[in-house]
Amino acid sequence: MKRLLATALLSFVAATAFAAGDEFTLTIKDHAFEPKEITLPAGKKVKLLVVNKDATPAEFESKPLGREKVIPGKASATINLGPLKPGRYAFVEEYHENEAAAQGTIIVQ
Amino acid sequence: MFAAALIVFRESLEAALIISIMAAATRGIPARARWIVTGVLAGLAGAAVVASSMELISNLASGMGQELFNAGILTLAVGMLAWHNIWMSVHGREMAAQAMNTARAINEGTREQSVIFIVVALAVLREGSETVLFLYSLATSSADGFRTTVNGGLGGLAAGALVGGLLYAGLLRIPLRWFFSITGVLVLLLAASMASQAARFLIQADLLPSLGAPLWDTSAVLSQTTAVGMLLHGLVGYDPQPAGMQILFYVVVLVIIASAMWWVTPRGPRKTR
Repeated sequence: MKRLLATALLSFVAATAFAAGDEFTLTIKDHAFEPKEITLPAGKKVKLLVVNKDATPAEFESKPLGREKVIPGKASATINLGPLKPGRYAFVEEYHENEAAAQGTIIVQ
Repeated sequence: MFAAALIVFRESLEAALIISIMAAATRGIPARARWIVTGVLAGLAGAAVVASSMELISNLASGMGQELFNAGILTLAVGMLAWHNIWMSVHGREMAAQAMNTARAINEGTREQSVIFIVVALAVLREGSETVLFLYSLATSSADGFRTTVNGGLGGLAAGALVGGLLYAGLLRIPLRWFFSITGVLVLLLAASMASQAARFLIQADLLPSLGAPLWDTSAVLSQTTAVGMLLHGLVGYDPQPAGMQILFYVVVLVIIASAMWWVTPRGPRKTR
């Protein structure tokens, strides 16, 4: 039973791993997002590449999307999204979330 | 400084709630205070190590190391909480009888002590590593500077600990007859909540389908950023916009642990099985 489950999980992982979608890029510099609004396609899986150009770590967080990920200084990270319904989804750089520059929106259409 | 206080409060609140519930649920176990303190210290040390090796962790598993690491820690904590609750179902009565007299040790108490230690350490480790990174990021980058960041952080930590202390004091006022049933339910909900968070990380790693994201949205009614929302998130895992898979994990873990507790509970004067 255990082996069966493991095999099922593995083949599932393999199947989803190759179903990679489009990739979009978001940059963080001086704790500000560039761009502040990013448009993604609805109904499919996409990858969001977040590039942190600062020397200090940042955390991409979006409560509406259920995502949180630490991005070390001078590094980038991939965040899997979707399939998403059309709408607006807010995200923040959690370590500076009160600053306007550290807030952004994902528009899905 | 306010930003520092707020974020540290939010992270330390979750750890403080878990520690308070564990402290209450293990009432009557010998030397539990020592194990809780050791757990906090080990968790802090672990948090510093995790924070400093975040880049390494992130790069593991084709960039999904962070998600798998978080899901792994949460799963381990769920296992420990399940073990604790099932153990308490067997020994709860003796514990209630002996809670007034901690000098009389229960033989199997030794293993339970390591469970207290591991749960506390994992809670501090997870919430602490993000806090360490945050303080580092803020102290070196903001105009606030190092000292105000540290002051804010300490303020947030004190506030988190205060809420945890209040919860613990409140739990202790529950009559002994119901005490272990109520703390048992709290630990059960904590385990289910952690399972749901683990599911969220596995969805983020693209290892599990979301089964509806979000399944519903109550953020307009009760946001997770309000005081009540934060407290409910820490206590029972309230999430205003949960994925379907999170709900599935929550319910399945709840049912499995509750059934196991029921199964092992000695009933009546004659022992069934």
